[in-house]
This record gives sequence, structure tokens and C-alpha cells, in this order.
Amino acid sequence: MTVTETPDTTAEARPAKLGAVGWARWFWRTLTSMRTALILLFLFALASVPGSIWPQRGVSDAKVAQYHTDSPALAEWLDRLWLFDVFKAPWFAAIYLLLFISLIGCVLPRTAAHLRELRRKPPAAPRNLSRLPQHAVLDGDLTVEEAARRLRKLRFRVITGPGWAAGEKGYLRESGNLLFHVALLGLLISVGVGSLYGYRGNVLVVEGDGFANTVAAYDRYMPGTQVNAESLEPFSFTLEDFQATYIARGEKRGQALDYSARLAVSDRPGAAERTYELKVNEPLDVNGTLTYLIDHGYAPTFKITDGSGQVAFEGAVPCLVVQPATFASECVIKIPDARPRQLGLMIAFLPSAVPTQDGEWTSVFPGAANPAAQVYGAFAGDLGMKDGRPQSVYEIPAEILKKMTPLVMKADPLEVGRKLDLPGGAGSIEFTGVKEWMALQITHDPGRMPALLSAALATVALVFSLTIRRRRVWVRIGDGGAEAGGLTRAEGGDFGEEFARVVAALNHGPNDGAKNAR
Amino acid sequence: MPAEADPTLAALSDQLILVAVLFYVVAMLGYALDLAFGRSSTRSSEAAAPAEEAAAVPAGAALATVGGGVTTAPEKDGDAGAAVTGDAGTGTDAPAGGRGPSPWVLRAGPAAVVLSWIGFALNLGSLLTRGLAAGRWPWGNMYEFVVAMCLAAMGAFLLMQLRYPIRFLGAFVSAAAALGLGFAVHSLHVETGPAMVALNSYWIAIHVSAAIIASGLFIVAGACGVIYLIRHDAAAHLPTREELERVAHRAIVIGFPIWTFAVIAGALWADKAWGRYWGWDPKEVWAFITWVVYAGYLHARATAGWKGKAAMAVQLVAFASLLFNLIGVNIFFEGLHSYAELPG
Repeated sequence: MTVTETPDTTAEARPAKLGAVGWARWFWRTLTSMRTALILLFLFALASVPGSIWPQRGVSDAKVAQYHTDSPALAEWLDRLWLFDVFKAPWFAAIYLLLFISLIGCVLPRTAAHLRELRRKPPAAPRNLSRLPQHAVLDGDLTVEEAARRLRKLRFRVITGPGWAAGEKGYLRESGNLLFHVALLGLLISVGVGSLYGYRGNVLVVEGDGFANTVAAYDRYMPGTQVNAESLEPFSFTLEDFQATYIARGEKRGQALDYSARLAVSDRPGAAERTYELKVNEPLDVNGTLTYLIDHGYAPTFKITDGSGQVAFEGAVPCLVVQPATFASECVIKIPDARPRQLGLMIAFLPSAVPTQDGEWTSVFPGAANPAAQVYGAFAGDLGMKDGRPQSVYEIPAEILKKMTPLVMKADPLEVGRKLDLPGGAGSIEFTGVKEWMALQITHDPGRMPALLSAALATVALVFSLTIRRRRVWVRIGDGGAEAGGLTRAEGGDFGEEFARVVAALNHGPNDGAKNAR
Repeated sequence: MPAEADPTLAALSDQLILVAVLFYVVAMLGYALDLAFGRSSTRSSEAAAPAEEAAAVPAGAALATVGGGVTTAPEKDGDAGAAVTGDAGTGTDAPAGGRGPSPWVLRAGPAAVVLSWIGFALNLGSLLTRGLAAGRWPWGNMYEFVVAMCLAAMGAFLLMQLRYPIRFLGAFVSAAAALGLGFAVHSLHVETGPAMVALNSYWIAIHVSAAIIASGLFIVAGACGVIYLIRHDAAAHLPTREELERVAHRAIVIGFPIWTFAVIAGALWADKAWGRYWGWDPKEVWAFITWVVYAGYLHARATAGWKGKAAMAVQLVAFASLLFNLIGVNIFFEGLHSYAELPG
């Protein structure tokens, strides 16, 4: 496989630089205002949109490359604007860093205020309770002490004075709100740690082959900037068998039912092998380094003899799936060692081959019911691999193909065990068998668990901050009887219902009060 | 998991959904009658509508002009507490119209509620039979997802109207549900069967269910937002802006944490299935945008100068990105969430 990926160094965050003190103060005040935070929040959303419109590097690299081939001029401009790397772009980072600085600037003073608030006693009862949004006349002969006791039972924080009791509760609203924002900050840091100290790699493994977790073994390796190549978890495994089952009948014919790979895993060099059934949704975990099954396909095996009678190639060739519904695949074999001339072959692999009416061949089912390999192009000449330029193993570049001599165009498909002789004594190709390959993603992300904890904390805190309201209730007892008043400090919602329950509890004691309010 | 779906159950599911659409359509008519001509006892308005306007409404629709969210509905037990106090203690019922509406029109509203409960049950039954037919959770493709979303929207409305005076929303929610189901049956229907391999996980129950429930609540809020914006000040037979705001806020306050949870559950599933918890796949991008804009709405409501119309507009932008994420992304973008299995 060809390695064209360079380590990704763009993800590091750069702090904003501040200038003169006065300017800084102005900037800080503006930045931490709610209005700015709101605008940044909307910018944050807006800035993500291009990330879904244009293909992104690291998500769909093939499409980015395709874009560069199809419209190079436009792609160059899009690249300049980081539109293929939106989420690593400096302008995107600028928005979220400003947003999070704004968030810190907002949360810090509020935390201080909330801590003061937590120590403060509820305010004394206002003179005229009937002016409050909620007001009720209490019946019975309630004393201040009894009112305070009943309010405390409802988990109000209570103080009393001459002829009145004041209660307040719902402090968890602000606590939850602050915690939510702090947890978001934790989430951002976790994601950052993960991208600096984690790595991700892809590898394709054919049945019977093995993999050892070293940088060199990857087809594509994407480390964070702080990852040491020596620190990779030293496990290895062999793909013993790959099984895929498909729906055989009906509208969904050909859709995969399930696929799984049987691995013989060795957790460290020299350790005993264990068998692991690798499936989608069931990754292999070796000390926090996870191996995922993300794709699969066919790798037919061939034995190719060159013009001099020597076996120039023998082994499996992974084919790329062209038609996912039938797994009709294509692959390329390059044999630079073939004599007298180098050979290049283009092969179509059809797992369930049937002839079509116009004399072509096609696959009708993804399972290997009638596997056939069709040589649709064999070329002799210079493969152009000496100039050191990396080439994809899945294609022969068109400009190189043009200079080579075509030997065969669209031969009849070969069954397993059959051989095709190349004209002009250039040699022969024998289709010897069918293997399957699996594509794996292997990741190590130390930010995973912190990110999960932050996210969980954020959700719980969010529920507190959205569902709890800060509310105050006062009871005043005078010659004219007892009365209660209440208000809620957060807007929205209907305090009336709860106030009625509080009134009922004050009238009858907390236990039957709850019943009577229904 | 069976490779073959049970054809009888699958056919039953397809029939149930058609009957559900029928019930939703009739319910919608009932709500519309109630909205236009009914005394609409479940409505309250902060400001008393001018009497001549109310009289201009056909069939002499009467308005309950009460303060402090107190309603005059005897069946609304939730308001017993408010009745204790009232706003400034003046909870009076002042019918402003001349004649009262005819008795059958009075029954249109409650009848519509009953009809929508039946439609809801049929909708649920259709989803259940489809899931049983295939032996899996019934949200494995676009058709099933849209059916489930209509169910969630109707469910969110029906449950909320038990507690809050929001029957006025019924016409809009049942219309949306009927249209959604019609759209699903007409252009998204695929034969039931096993889901794609990547969906074989218990996370589908957690992640997709949470997304569906949150979406249902957001649809209710979105309906409020649309009415809010199209409502004229003179349109006295529609609920007031304050009421619409309150209902929308309520729905979002419940829906937002559920949506947050759905996104996090999705990240957990992605971590299991794709080897990373967040990878900016188009679906993830739009779930994130939706989340950020709803968060923006919650902040806007607490910011001077953004309350009211601006906050409502933000809410509708969030709603639009939600709809785009649920439907548009599956159609327009190719990504890891391409489970839509669109027909043809």
C-alpha cells in the first residue's frame, strides 16, 4: 500500500494574543458579554456547515482527492480557505477558542457570585405579601415556628423573624448551570488531549496474514503530535478466517446480514494466543488500544509466470469493491520483476459471475457462489515505478498505461484453477483461489474516558439547570391571620401549581398537604 | 436474527399505518373546527381581546379572558393551584361573544383528542408489528424513522396537552403527522427486513429512541414557532404569543437534555462501531449544529434584546437544522449514517 499521509500538525490550538491593557480590557468586556457569546455560538454553528458540504480530510480522503482531480483550480482555492479541513481550520479554532474564553469569562464571576449566594440567608419577608406574584391566605392558627418547620420539611432553606418566616430553595439551578459550562470546557480539553496524544491507523489484512502494531505495519498512520512511535501497544494478531453472510432473497437481496473475523490475538510479544471474534460494533480491546472492523472485500489469489518461465508473482491481490450490492470488484497486479518486460494486469473479480445478454459478465450476488476473475487488460512495458514517485496499488496511471503494449483486452472470465496464456510468449496467469480481506481501524485515544465523563456530567448538570427553579416563599403571621406569598426568580414555567402545594403543606402539614393539593 | 421477515405482520403494519393517517386527518379536522368555532375552553389569554373582535369571529366564539395562566377548564386539574391565587385575585370568566357555539362544535375538540389517541395507538401498533416482523428495533431505515418521528411528535403533543392548555396545537401537529406518514408511505416505504450490519447493536435502542423522542418535542416547539410568526395581532382565535412562547420553551427545556443525551449516546455508539466517538460525519455535523442553535435559543431567552421574536426565530432555525439533519442529510450527503435505504 502506498503511504501518502503526513502527520497532522494542524490540530494544535494557538492562544489568542492580547495587546495593550486598555484594549485588552475593552476586548475582555465585549467578549464576555452575553450578546457576544450568542453571536459566537451562532458563528460556531454556521462555521460547521461547510464541513458537511465539502468532503473532509480524515473523513473521506478519497473524495477530497477526487475533488482535486475533477476541478483542480477550485480545489486549490477551497484548500486555501481550509474548506477540506474545516474542523482543523484556524478560523474554526478562532471561533471556538473565543467562545470558550468568553465562557470562562462568564462562568468565573458567576461562580464567585454563586458561592456568595450559597452562604447568604433568604431575604426577610416583604411587608405586603399580596403584591407578590403568588399569594394566598392561610387558614388555621399557624405559628412562625410551625411554618418554618413545615417549610424546612419541603427542603426550603428557612430563616425566621418577628411574625414572619422566609424560605428559599432551588440553588441547584445555578450550580447545575455553572457545572454544565465547566463540563463543556472539560470536554473540549479531553478532545484536545485525545488529538495530541492519540493515534489512528488503517490497515488491510488478507485471510491468513497477520498484523503487528507498529508504525511500519500500517497502510495509513495518523498520529497526534505528541505520540511516540515506540509507545504503540505491542500486540499482534493473525486473521484466521473471515465470514460474511448475505440476504439471499427479496427486495434486500445482497445486503449483508453479518460479518465477522476470527483473529488469533497475542496481547504482547511472546504471550499466548487467544481467539477473538471481531465484528462490527464489537471492537478488539488491548489495553485501551481498539481495533475495529470497518470494511471487507475479496482478495483472489493468482500465480503468474513471466515470459522467461519463472514464477513472477504468487499470492493474494486485494480488490476494491466497485458495486457494493454485488461485490463486483477490481484490482491491479503490477509485476516489476517480470522478464523480459514488466507486466501490469487489470482484473475484475466477480464473486457470483453470470453472463449478460450482450456477452459481458457481471456479478449477481456478493457471496462467492461462482467466483470468476476476468483479465480485462494485460500490458507489457515499463510500469514507471523507478522514478520514486509513489503509486497507488489499485491503479496504473493512465499516462504510464499509454506507453505500455496491450497484450489482452477483456479475456473470458477464469474459474478457480484455470489459466490464461498471455499472447506473444509473455507468460501466463492462473486464478488459484479466493480469499477475503478486512479493513481495520486501530485507535488509541487517551481522551475518550475524560470526554465521556465530561459529557455525562454536562447532561446531568443541564437537567438540573433547566428543570430546577429558584423560588422563595414567605409566611407572615399577624393579628389578621396568616398569609403566604411566593415568587420564582427564573422566568418561564408555572410556579402557581407548586405554590399551591406549599400553601396546602403550610395549612395541613407537609404530608396531607401533598394529598390535598392534587 | 431471522433473515426472513414475517410477511403477515409486515402487511398488517402497512395497513395499520394507513388507518392511522385516516384518524390523524379526521382529528385534524376536529381540531380545526375547535380552533375556528369552539369555545376553546383550554385556551387562556394574557391580554383581554377587544370585544368587537371576538364578536366578529363566526359563531360568536367566546374568549376566556383570565390572567395568570388560570384557565376555566374544569377538566384541567393541573391548574387547581393557580386557582388559589389568580393574578391579583381577579380570575373571572368573561365571555365576550353573543350566542354560544352549537353543542356539536363544542365536542369537536375533545373528540379530536380521542381520535388522535386512537391514531397514536395505530401508529404505535404499526411500528411494533413492523419491528416484530423483522425481529429487530423498528427504526432501521428512513421509512421507519419518519413513522417513529410522527409517533413521537403526536405522543409529545398528547402528553403535553394532558398538563398544559395546548389543544390549539393539535391541528398543526396532526396535520404534520398525517403529512409525514403520507410522505413516508408514498416515497420512503421499503420492504421490512434485517437492518444493515452496523445497526445490529443495542445502541440503536438508546441512541435512536432518544433522538426520536427529542425530535417529537422539538416538532411541538416548532409548531408553536410557526404559529407565533404567522399569527396576526388581530387573530384572536389563535393563542397569544406569550402562550406560544411558553409552550415552545417548555417543550425545548425537556427536549434539549434528551437531544444532548442522544448525541452523547451516538458518540458512544460511534466509538464502538467506527473507532472514534466524534468524526464530523455530516450527520454528526448537523446534530452538533442543531444542538448549538437550540443552546443559542436557551441563551437568547435570557438575553435582553433577544427575547420574543428573535428567540423564536432562533428556535425555528434550530428546528430547520433538526429537520435537515433527520431527512436532508440522509438524502443529500453520503456519510457513515447512510442507512436511509431509500427506495429506488
